[in-house]
Amino acid sequence: MRNVSKLFSNGTLALKDMTLDVHRGEFLSLLGPSGCGKSTALRIIAGLGGASSGSIDWPSSRINARGLPEGDVGFVFQEPTLMPWATVFDNVYLPLRLTGVSKSAARPRIMETLDSVGLADFERSYPRELSGGMKMRVSIARALVTKPRLLLMDEPFAALDEITRQKLNDDVLRLWRESGITVIFVTHSVFESAFLSNRIVVMRARPGQVCADLSIETSAIRDANYRTSEEYRATTDRVSRALQDAIMLGAQGK
Amino acid sequence: MTDAVQTANVAEAGTDSAVAIAVVRTSTIEKILRVVIPVTMVALAIGLWQLHITVNQVPRYIMPAPGDVIMALYSDWDTLSPSLLVTLRITFLALGIALVGGVGLAIILVQSKWIELAIFPFAVILQVTPMIAIAPLLIIYMPDTQSALLTCAFVVAFFPILSNMVAGLKSVDHNLLNLFELYGANRWQTLIYLKLPASLPYFAAGLRIGGGLSLIAAVVAEFAAGSAGKGSGLAFRLLESGYRLNYPRLYAALILLMITGVAIFAATSLIAWLLLHRWHESAMKREN
Repeated sequence: MRNVSKLFSNGTLALKDMTLDVHRGEFLSLLGPSGCGKSTALRIIAGLGGASSGSIDWPSSRINARGLPEGDVGFVFQEPTLMPWATVFDNVYLPLRLTGVSKSAARPRIMETLDSVGLADFERSYPRELSGGMKMRVSIARALVTKPRLLLMDEPFAALDEITRQKLNDDVLRLWRESGITVIFVTHSVFESAFLSNRIVVMRARPGQVCADLSIETSAIRDANYRTSEEYRATTDRVSRALQDAIMLGAQGK
Repeated sequence: MTDAVQTANVAEAGTDSAVAIAVVRTSTIEKILRVVIPVTMVALAIGLWQLHITVNQVPRYIMPAPGDVIMALYSDWDTLSPSLLVTLRITFLALGIALVGGVGLAIILVQSKWIELAIFPFAVILQVTPMIAIAPLLIIYMPDTQSALLTCAFVVAFFPILSNMVAGLKSVDHNLLNLFELYGANRWQTLIYLKLPASLPYFAAGLRIGGGLSLIAAVVAEFAAGSAGKGSGLAFRLLESGYRLNYPRLYAALILLMITGVAIFAATSLIAWLLLHRWHESAMKREN
């Protein structure tokens, strides 16, 4: 994205000249205090509510009428955002149904995706029968079923308990490694971003701008042991300091 | 898919804090009591009615005994049944047109706020004007009494369905709308796959209210219209029996109306349950 600004109709400048290059296969976290425009940036990338100025350039040649690469973007919201009247299967089928794929043709792909998030046995369940973590898995499966090249996640695990969140973090990492997909992950958790990403972009508020760009390189396997390792602790310290600076800048409003 | 299988699956998958909500089975005794208690209460009320007549020696031309009413129901069936059919026809025809019209207009209204602004004043004016006040006018303007009655019943049943559907179509989860936008859904797909299913609980509420009101309106309109003769409904039979002091028949007509009302309530509740029981809070059994 190039020099993207977003001015809300109430006069709030949510983003100011934000420029961000995302590389293929990257796991990028957007980290920042609330109100720094990280969710807004994500929504602009997804084409939900356009930018006031600036542009988003896609490497892909297949751009549809809405300026998005066709079927290449998956989005996971803060809430699971499932249709309560539809089964797990039908919820995951939705993106394919909207592009005109028949149910029978879509079935193998849906089952494969459900299997990859550990929900193959629940295709006929309704969302109300599932726990919060399972609903989030369905939401992730729905975002992945179109085999997108870019997955956008907007604080997806903010409402979950710590244990469920760690489990889902492990799963997201595994899915990312297996599929080679590019992920942009919005969070306000230092620990989550440090655990998941290989690049963290720290943002500040008033106005929303990029304020630090940290690369997280590690040779270690990111698993339960990594969570308690010295290296992980050092990383979270580094990220925490960057976030502190960003919060300071935002508070001064400079 | 049984609940037992569901629970077993959860244990097998062993994912996070997943616990499928097990539906509590109502015990057999509770099931029997659910039927026995209401039936006993109604029987008790009829018993008290009979007791009142016997003890106070109430004359038949003031209040008939339950037995007299059943006799009247039987002996006057040839008079009452055509009237019942007339009332039923008006009620269901009105409800049917109200359902189609209410849902249809609601869909048009939510397409644009300008259309809504243009049409809603008329909707509100018609809704707040007491139907009984415009019934005499309708009698004059409509080609025959039947269509006047039908219009009255329709107007009354139409608005609860319309306003519920408008509320329902507008209450769609904003994130789900974003999701449909993200996947490039067109207006039609958003309506069929998102807005209509999301408004089903509101539709069910509108249906239950509209169903009850259309019967009431069919009766009240007939009182106001003062139809007579062959093609008249149960309301006319009520008035006629009253003038002739034939109270057993009046009670019989009343009971037919009551049964019709209960049947409509049961039918609309059943439809609501069928539409919602798999997913919506209002139609679900709870554990606590």
